[in-house]
Amino acid sequence: MSPPRTSAEVSGMGHSMKRKEDPRFIRGKGNYIDDIQLPGMLYLDIVRSPFAHAKIKSINTDKASKMPGVLAVITGETLAKFNLHWMPTLMSDTQMVLPTEKVMYQAQEVAAVVATSRYAAADAIEAVEVDYDPLPVVVDPFKALEPGAPVLRTDKKDKKDNRIFHWEAGDRAGTDKAFAEADVVVKQDVYIPRIHVASIETCGCIADFDRVNGKLTVYMTTQAPHAIRTVFALVAGHVGLSEEKIRIVSPDIGGGFGGKVPVYPGYVIAVAASVVIGKPVKWIEDRMENLQADSFARDYHVHAELAARKDGTMTALRIKTIADHGYADAAANPSKFPAGLFSICTGSYDLKRAFAEVDGVYTNKPPGGIAYRCSFRVTEAVHTIERITDVLAQELKMDPAQLRLKNFIPKEKFPYKSALGWEYDSGDYPAALKKAMEIAGYAQLRKEQAEKRARGELMGIGISSFTEIVGAGPSKHFDILGIKMFDSCEIRVHPTGKAIARFGTKSQGQGHETTYAQIVAEELGIPAAHVQVEEGDTDTAPYGLGTYASRSTPTAGAAGAMAARKIRDKARKIAAHLLECAEDDLVWEPGKFSVKGAPQRSKTIQEIAFAAYTNHPPGMEAGLEAVDYYDPPNLTFPFGSYICVVDIDRGTGMVKIRRFVAVDDCGNIINPMIVDGQIHGGLAMGMAPALLEEISYDENGNIQGGSFMDYLLPTAMETPRWETDKTVTPSPHHPFGAKGVGESATVGAPPAIANAVVDALAHLGVKHIDIPITPEKVWRILKEKGVAE
Amino acid sequence: MATHKIRVTVNGAAREAEVESRLLLVHLLREEFRLTGTHIGCDTTHCGACTVLLDGQPVKSCTVLAVQADGRQVETVEGLEKDGKLHPIQEGFWQEHGLQCGYCTPGMMMTSCALLARNANPSEAEIREAISGNLCRCTGYLNIVKAVQYAANKQKEGAHVAA
Repeated sequence: MSPPRTSAEVSGMGHSMKRKEDPRFIRGKGNYIDDIQLPGMLYLDIVRSPFAHAKIKSINTDKASKMPGVLAVITGETLAKFNLHWMPTLMSDTQMVLPTEKVMYQAQEVAAVVATSRYAAADAIEAVEVDYDPLPVVVDPFKALEPGAPVLRTDKKDKKDNRIFHWEAGDRAGTDKAFAEADVVVKQDVYIPRIHVASIETCGCIADFDRVNGKLTVYMTTQAPHAIRTVFALVAGHVGLSEEKIRIVSPDIGGGFGGKVPVYPGYVIAVAASVVIGKPVKWIEDRMENLQADSFARDYHVHAELAARKDGTMTALRIKTIADHGYADAAANPSKFPAGLFSICTGSYDLKRAFAEVDGVYTNKPPGGIAYRCSFRVTEAVHTIERITDVLAQELKMDPAQLRLKNFIPKEKFPYKSALGWEYDSGDYPAALKKAMEIAGYAQLRKEQAEKRARGELMGIGISSFTEIVGAGPSKHFDILGIKMFDSCEIRVHPTGKAIARFGTKSQGQGHETTYAQIVAEELGIPAAHVQVEEGDTDTAPYGLGTYASRSTPTAGAAGAMAARKIRDKARKIAAHLLECAEDDLVWEPGKFSVKGAPQRSKTIQEIAFAAYTNHPPGMEAGLEAVDYYDPPNLTFPFGSYICVVDIDRGTGMVKIRRFVAVDDCGNIINPMIVDGQIHGGLAMGMAPALLEEISYDENGNIQGGSFMDYLLPTAMETPRWETDKTVTPSPHHPFGAKGVGESATVGAPPAIANAVVDALAHLGVKHIDIPITPEKVWRILKEKGVAE
Repeated sequence: MATHKIRVTVNGAAREAEVESRLLLVHLLREEFRLTGTHIGCDTTHCGACTVLLDGQPVKSCTVLAVQADGRQVETVEGLEKDGKLHPIQEGFWQEHGLQCGYCTPGMMMTSCALLARNANPSEAEIREAISGNLCRCTGYLNIVKAVQYAANKQKEGAHVAA
């Protein structure tokens, strides 16, 4: 990595500047949704269904209505009067706000209570009497597709089955032909289970409708405030909410990871309640509601096949997937991508032929699926290709590192057109893997493994060489409900040379207040300490699509650089005026323009800013500000290679991650400290589904894992001491060569861990284990193989 | 519902409140006293976002009734900074990038303070064990461990200077 161009005082790109947001957080002075109290505020609590599928015979609200402090009990019938009992999902499906006829999953919203206190509302929901008539439950998505399965979406007049969509990509005939001609074919079923992002802060909002001026302000935990405003205007336009009278404020967010992209029924009920009652209404979900009812992630049942020549050259990939979406397709994908960016599944390999298909299916489960810290199904794709690559290595008795090195897309082939249609921007895959192998001491580890195996000890080494696809996205293909997926920045430079920069995104811990300031500092030479970053208030920030899918740096960050460059163009004109020279005679270095050949004749950005308000050239508008809406020409493709070393306890089946080496390449880096932190956190969120987390359902649709009692997040005890390093391959099309990094590790880590566990057991004939690899699962295998202690 | 008059010393200041029997300590702190640095993250005493010190011991304030704090000392994140000077643990979290979204941070810092009070020189394993009742979804814990180590070193230096 080249050294920073700016001084530590300016702290442009490449400086590990301490975070600007931290002084408030370390003092307990963050401002999260539940910290906000408005005068006269009421509290909303929600009655939820105990059944996964049932007809609602009656809802009796009499007792609840009479309880102390209760102002209103809201049911589907109440909302139906305003035609607000259903709402659209981001995938052009529909979902209930509150039901009028039947419930479709356990924990679904059934009714809501508004009361003067949190406790009064909680008391009153217990007094709402609902009479249910249970219906047959469809849990298994394969059974849901069988002829004769109960059709779940009876609200859709013409719907005769439970299939939501069929999507496919690639050349089916060419792929089939390559398979027919292959020396070796491996096949593997891979289940990527349903999980939940479980940010430590749950979701919530305060809806505040001002009857006098007709303005609705909604403080809410949203990663995409601007898009939410438009959705509210579209959904509630018919009851008089007009977009200029809607203000969405996203305060400090206690983690998002994709879970705070959708509109949940609770938000809509709170808004309806505030409009009807005319007072602020707060809704904060508890952890069980959060895990049981909010959008889930993943739940992909994948069948993968990989064809190769005897020497290990991969020739074709074929994938068929059943995607369980619950009772509504409430994925948060770009509209044209029902299976997200799953077609990145050819991964880091030069595969000439590929075909992938996904069928979305309705079941009696909560709607989804959102990303879990990943860019629209990239984790599913990466887990599949990285797992089946190891299956092939095992089949061919090849070292998995050698197999990868043999098949990587060569550096000189970038930009590379993949068999499924993407143009990878840049990459140097062998460099990342070789660096990881060197740090891990790969050859030595293999030697140690052989010695341990001879002694009966179980040690495994797993590799994952992933390629991501992030930064959605180019307007040609990427939109949400028709709104193109650009993002934006507005910068105003004040007369004294300080600046405010507002963005269309919203940080949930990523550190935008720091990194965005560093981007502006890099481009303008104004110290990052003097660039105030704001986002999340739709009344003040420029329109943008929000923060998810690692898109903030690739899109809004790029907009920041472009807006700064527009300001620099104007600054050049002002400098030429001040220095009485031609614009072309000026040379820029961060923070000042000087005259070519006469460096003592110069003007700093601060001097120029002052002149913009006090002495601007005749014929030029005063002021120094710019807006940029950045439409990326392509996506970015971060990559990396991870090596995980595990030891398995033969007595308990417990998998211990002894070492985890992560070499990441996210292009040019804004703040190395923050990048490292993002990777550490991503690794823990990759380890989580690999070893611990799963939400499953019994045959009656009862959730298993609906609280932190049994939905296990990694603690500091299981989490290893991450070993991180990097290579730097800039994106050729991004204004400052960055690619995005927030999700790389979540995407890349699970197969490294799964591959390590399978590697530890490979000599016993084990070829695959579905995640989460729990001690029980491993112990059963050890028992079956006769090696349990 | 019965109410009780309680007296609690919060961050060194005497406070009084008339509370329902069932009121949770975390709600007393957040909603009556408006000390919103103490957060709520789960319903089952697992996440530790609500950790405060009760007579010096870390407790999860979502699982303590306000009446149980009657006559006792409570310390919250708002009490860490003294006379405009950050507590070493606050410095450590900032310096070592021990936080991202900041939501688990106050609880994590209070637990760490209690650890350092009983063990001035904890090993990495002891730190990891001590904070294992506090969940963080952002950091992967490594920088939190470093933040606690930073604070331990800082406190040792402070003790040295004082001596």
